[in-house]
Formats: sequence, C-alpha cells, structure tokens
Amino acid sequence: MPRKVHVQTTINGETVEYLCEPRQSLLEVLRDVLHLTGAKEGCNNGNCGACSVILDGRLVNSCLVLGAELEGKSLETIEGIAEPDQLHPIQDAFLENAALQCGICTPGFIMAAKALLDQNPNPTEHEIRYWLAGNLCRCTGYDKIVRAVQDAAQTTSSEVSA
Amino acid sequence: MAEKKDYKVVGTRPIRHDGVDKVTGRALYGADFQAVGLLHGRVLRSPHAHARIKSIDTSRAEAYPGVRAVVTAKDFPSVEDKIADLGEGAASVKDLQDNVLAGDKVLYKGHQVAAVAAIDPHTAEEALELIDVEYEVLPPVIKVLDAMQEDAPLLHEDMRTDEMGEKSDKPSNIASHFQHKQGDLEKGYAEADVVVEQEYTTETVHQGYIEPHNATALYNPDGQLTIWCSTQGAFAVREQVSEILQHPVSKIKVVPMEIGGGFGGKINVYIKPIAAMLSMKTGKPVKVLMSRADVFEGTGPTPGSYVRVKMGATNDGRITAAEAYLAFEAGAYAGSPVGAAAFCVFSPYKVENGQVDGYDVVVNKPKTAAYRAPGATNAAFAAETVIDEICEKIGMDPLEFRILNSAKEGDIRVDGPPTPHVGFVETVEAAKDHPHYSAPLEGENRGRGVASGYWPNFGMKSSVVINVTADGTISLVEGSTDIGGTRASIAMQAAEVLGIPAESVTPSVVDTDSVGYTAVTGGSRTAFATGYAAYEAAQDVKQQMIERAAKLWEVDTDAVQFADGVFSTVNGKEEEIDFKGLAARLDETGGPVVGRGTADPNQPGPSIGVHVVDVEVDPETGKIDILRYTATQDAGKAVHPSYVEGQIQGGAVQGIGWALNEEYIYNEKGEMTNASFLDYRIPTCLDLPMIDAVIVEVPNPGHPFGVRGVGETPIIAPPAAIANAVYRAVGVRMKELPMSPGRVLKTMGKI
Repeated sequence: MPRKVHVQTTINGETVEYLCEPRQSLLEVLRDVLHLTGAKEGCNNGNCGACSVILDGRLVNSCLVLGAELEGKSLETIEGIAEPDQLHPIQDAFLENAALQCGICTPGFIMAAKALLDQNPNPTEHEIRYWLAGNLCRCTGYDKIVRAVQDAAQTTSSEVSA
Repeated sequence: MAEKKDYKVVGTRPIRHDGVDKVTGRALYGADFQAVGLLHGRVLRSPHAHARIKSIDTSRAEAYPGVRAVVTAKDFPSVEDKIADLGEGAASVKDLQDNVLAGDKVLYKGHQVAAVAAIDPHTAEEALELIDVEYEVLPPVIKVLDAMQEDAPLLHEDMRTDEMGEKSDKPSNIASHFQHKQGDLEKGYAEADVVVEQEYTTETVHQGYIEPHNATALYNPDGQLTIWCSTQGAFAVREQVSEILQHPVSKIKVVPMEIGGGFGGKINVYIKPIAAMLSMKTGKPVKVLMSRADVFEGTGPTPGSYVRVKMGATNDGRITAAEAYLAFEAGAYAGSPVGAAAFCVFSPYKVENGQVDGYDVVVNKPKTAAYRAPGATNAAFAAETVIDEICEKIGMDPLEFRILNSAKEGDIRVDGPPTPHVGFVETVEAAKDHPHYSAPLEGENRGRGVASGYWPNFGMKSSVVINVTADGTISLVEGSTDIGGTRASIAMQAAEVLGIPAESVTPSVVDTDSVGYTAVTGGSRTAFATGYAAYEAAQDVKQQMIERAAKLWEVDTDAVQFADGVFSTVNGKEEEIDFKGLAARLDETGGPVVGRGTADPNQPGPSIGVHVVDVEVDPETGKIDILRYTATQDAGKAVHPSYVEGQIQGGAVQGIGWALNEEYIYNEKGEMTNASFLDYRIPTCLDLPMIDAVIVEVPNPGHPFGVRGVGETPIIAPPAAIANAVYRAVGVRMKELPMSPGRVLKTMGKI
C-alpha cells in the first residue's frame, strides 16, 4: 500500500489534519476519512456534480481533486453553510420551493448555487441554468430548483442591500 | 365515493419532514452507512455480451494481501426450477441467481461474475484483476427483431415460447406471445374513411437515478442477516435475498437508508445478495458500491422495442379499429414490460374493434427493470403519433379528437377489463383551455404538438402504525421508502383525519422488523396506498381517542363527537377538548394510544396526462429545442400539490430526455459504448424551459380523499408530443427514438 500523505487544511472554517493515500480523491477523503458524507458520489468522473464543493472560492467536483491537493487550502462543504440555529437562505429556498425529491443531488446543487450567488447575486434565469448545467437532477425537471435559486437570490441580495 | 371537499391539511404545501436533513447533507443514504470493521466489496463483470464461462480461477485474488473473501455463482445454494412469488409477481429463482452471479453463461456486458471483499475499495478493485475467467465468446444478439429470427443466436437453449398459453417445441429467444382482442377488426376497418399504419422503434434507456446501487450486509453466526441499503422496497429486498440465498425471511432484516432516486430501477437486487454472501464468508460487515458504469451496464434499463400500430377512423373523427404489435426486449432474462404496454396502448380511447399482440424477447442486454410507467412510453410514442396523422388527414384538432374518442367509465378496453372512473376529458380540456394551446407560435422551424399518456396505477399492500405523544403530536411509522416527498403526503393524510397540522406528525420509514409488510415505492402507489393505510391508522386512533374522551367525561362513546380536531359531547353536559388536550390526558384514561392501519386497495384509479409542447428544430444540425412545455394531469386529489407538480415536471423531463438524447449505443460486439453521464446524456437544466404542471382533480372513488397516484404517467406523453411538434415544425414524421440530431437530419433527408 502506498505511504499516506499528511495534509493540513481548512474545512468549513476549522483547521483539519488528515492522512490520505496519494490516490484518494477529495471526495473519498471527505466521505471515508472525515465522514463528511454530504458530498455524494453519482459518477466519480465529473459529470453529475453531486460532489460539488467550494475550494478557495471556486466551485469544483471533489471527485476530480486529489485529497492530497488540499494542503494549505480552504474548503467549504454542505455541512458548513448553515448556522447552528438558522439554515442558509439557499437551503431555506430549496425547502420552501419543494426543490428536491430524492435529495441526493441537493447538497451539490446548493453548493453550486452558493458559488453562483457569491459572485453574481442577481443572476438571470439563463445565467442560473447555465451555471447549474454541471449538476444533474433526475427527479425534478429542474423547474423548482431554478425557482429556488431565483428566490434565494432575492433574499440574499435584499439582505445585502438592507 | 370521494367527492370534492374542503380539507384543512390535504391540498396544502407544508415543508417536508425530512427536508432539513436533506438540505444540510445530514440525511444518510445507503453509501453513507459506516460500521466498525467494515470491508469493501467490488464486483467483476463480464467484458463480453455473450459467452460461455469455461472456468473461473479465484486463487490469485484470494492470495492478494488485504483480500478477505471471493464469491462466485458456486457459492449459491442449489435451487432447481423454483418459481418464487415475490409479491410483485412470480420469478424463476434460477434466473434471479444467474443475474446476480452468472452460472454457465454471461448474457450481457456488465453481467456480474464474481466479487471480492477486501480491507479497502482500491484493494478490492485490484484483486478483481487477479480473477482468471476463461470465456468461450458467442455471437450476441442485441435488437428485438434480430433476436426473433429463427437463426438468431440463442441466449437460453432451453427457452420455449409460451404461445398464448401453449409451449412451443422449438428453442427460441421469444419467451412469450400473448394477444388481446375485442370486436371485429375487419368490420372496423370497413367503416373507416382513413387508415394509418406505421412502424416505430425505440432504444434501450436507463432510469438514470443519480445515486448508484449500494448495500452493506452483516451476517451473525446465529444466522441473522442485516442489510442496509437504498431500495424502493425493503420487503422486496428481503424476499429476493431470501429466495436467492435460500435463507429464511425471518432471519433477514432490511434497513432502508435514504434513496437517491429509483424510478423502478431499485426494486431488483444485484449486489445485495453479494454483500450478504461476502459477509457470510468473512463474518464482517461488507459494503458493496457500484460505479456509474456498473449502473449503466449491469442494472435494469427499460427496453428497446419495435411497435407497429394501425388505426382506422371516420372523417368525423371516430376511431373504428385499432391494432398494435408490440415486440419488447426483456434483456437477458424473460420479463419485459410488454404486458403493461398492452394495457396502456389504446386505453385512453374507446376502441370497439381492437387487437394487441405482445412479444417478450430476450436479447444480450441487461435484464430490464421497471422504469416509470414501464412499457407505456414505448407504446404511446406509436399510438399517439398515429392519432396525430389521422387528425391531420381528417382535418380535426388533435385535442378535440381525444375528447371525442375518450373512453368512459365501463367501456371495455382492448385488453379486457372495463375502464375505471377516469378524468381524461377533464384533463384534455385543461390542456385545451390552457393559454399555451391558443398562444401564437411564430417563427420558422417551430411547431406545437400534443399527446396523451395513460397509466392504470397500482394499489398493493401497506402498513402504518401511529403512536400518540403526550404533547399532542403523533409519530407515524411506515414501510414506504420516501423517494420524492411521501413522508409528507402520507403524514398529511393522517393529520387530516385527526385535525392536527402536518407539522404535528413525525413520520419514520423503518426496517422490515419494525413495521408490517409494505410493498415497494413504485406503481404510483405510495401516496395512494400507504396514504390509505395512514388514513386507516388515524381512524383507529380517532376511535380510541373518542373512547378516552368518553371515559374522561363518564359518557357513552356514542355521545362523543369529533370534528375539526375537537372532541365534544352535549349529552347531559357540554364538554369539549381538542386533540392536543386529550393527548395530554392519556395516562389518566388508560395509557398509551397506538393506532394501526393496513391497506390493500383495489381501485387505484388511472391517471391520465395530456402534454403540449412547442419545439424549434435547427435544420442545419438537427437539434430540437424545447421552447415551451405544459403538462396537465389528473391527480384525483393532490395531497401536497408542490410534490405532485414535481412528479409531473420530473416525469415530463425524463420523457424529454428519452425523446431527444437518451439511448444505449452498442458496437458490433454487443458492447454498450456510452456508459457514462457524459456520453449517455440526460437533460441538464440548460436544455429546458420551465415545465408548467397543471393539476386536474377528478376524485378517485377508491380512496377516502380521492387520491390517484401521479408518479408514472408524466413520462408517457413527451416523445409522441415532441414528435408531433417536430412534424409541424419541419414536416417530417419521426418514427425512431431518440430523435437525436443525426436521426432528425436523416429523416429530413439532409444526410
């Protein structure tokens, strides 16, 4: 077995250390080493977006990043975006709009939507659809997901202006 | 009989009970399960579409460091020719076993051959390469019409066609041929002014759920086997594993984890018995996960098919005769959904003179599994485009034609039974009255099409237990996997009975030891039948609570009324107490209240959908864009309208994917060449407009709130509606699915 790599990184604002094999993807590290199972494996080759996380401010598929690459970086995952007593506005919007059915793609969509709204607080419907095209949902037909992101954009941008 | 009524909870849109878990990543799906000492299993699959297994040598894999066990078909108990009743229908146990681990032959690329348990997933994958399998490669047969030829390569040398009840004497890939017939076809065609006959083909498509199959099993030395997994039916897993491993059902506990989509594809077991066998050999918990390629190549898709439809009609728009020839690919083992296709092909319509022939044919592809209204989409693509041609020839509006020919309650269907109470006319009228249908559609290469879809829906068995809590809430224990929000829709039906808010119900989906038998989440049955069981359990609670109120007030139970969540009596003294108040006083009136309900309802009530679509065809590339989409559907009574809309939207989009992009692409060796989400392209949100879902409510007399299942119907109409729209856009009739750019250009004569 290959020798494990020591990694020190920041996940959801906290310093985290772990050992991983050089061949383990970030998705494997999150799920199997750190037990952060909110990121899901749908395809393991970057096509479905169910494992979406935000790495140094950039939306990535964690199945396409190696665990060892996290050294010194900062990662946001679905487990880190709610406050202890308050969901993130995107999470609330998904619930209010019934924007999930089975829910397996939901963490990925929420992270992708967060990455979008972090850089573009008032996206058009087309911008939302373009940005989320890397995340597959087989249950909803996307209608309610797009509406949830539109709602969340209104909430977050009105919070900013207020 | 259910009538249109005002309800307090049913018909509202509460936040789903499992919502916070699912938006925070805390909900635990099958692959998220962890256990101390966990081993990891991986499966070796056939690289060939058709081959005889001459030998399997596992010794090198067994000796590999980190490997703890290897299993092959030799590890199965012997089951000669046993037919098992699996609740969903009978199946040959030998076929079930052979599909889980191949015996003498592999019958498709991806067929499971052997499996390894090791200390980590990578070691297990490495060990698979050390299993030496010697194959004698045989010629494959991939397409249904090829497989029906007399000289076709045979998958099963012992298969004899069941020819309308009689066994033929020659070996064949045709497992069965059945026929339904009503009236007099010749007379019907003689009365027709126009007759249209066309042939259609559809390719194999996959359910495409985002979560791959998974299973973790733990076997104890006392024979107790526990399986944690994502499944549409924990009891169905228990039954199949019991038969495959010949292990008593009472010694198997199946724990349903959250499930990441199924659409019919997570009923059959593939790796669950393998996880169990590996745990039996190692004494450790073993988790087996599939890759995406495993899912495409090894799990049930829905069949490719050849369908021929002939229909006659008068100039004033009355159908006089209709015929369908349905040949469906079952995959490697008998059992395609051709029977369901035959139920559905003409069922929206009154057809007095009709005939339907169905053929179930084995081919070298994965054994097909259910997929959302299985069979109906293939059949409707043909029948609904033939109707469109007839409407064009006689110059009639296609929705008017559907209203004119709609089957009424009691009309005999071609497949025999009478039409139940349906809301077809109301659903067509909703489409006709929708602003979409009358909106101008301008621009070149644009067209509008319509089509209908019919699905009979299913009832089947469900169990629910309700416990009353002292704070006035209830816990609701159920056995139905929640794929799309059914915790909410079932809880709401109990809340309606008890006059409490939906939020006062805590629903739990529990394991097979902890609730009564419950059939799969499938057949559009869950909100209907498990909802019915919840209604019954809530009625039981209500009756017991009436008895408690009577005891409290020292009056007869007959003197206690219950309305709008309040118990009251006027018999001698005026008293009232609400559900919450009475729940707090259970201790002084006899202790806990536990209600139970079971259901096996036999009037699920068909659900019919009518879809309207505008498309634009790019004449240079052949690409079809969906400009606008409206789907109307009879839900009977929508318990949670948001999730009913969600079913309609999601089903329509699966149908759009089937229509436009999705297909298994095979090479000449019978190998699927596009087993990834990059190459098997399901719709993304950029491919779609908003989907306008219009709920029609014609109450189902077979349910206390009038509920009809809604999940399956919406996938049926899209391919035909889109094909009809393409005709109006560019003047060509598409007769092959998918209508991919290449096929469109070919049909337009451009390549």
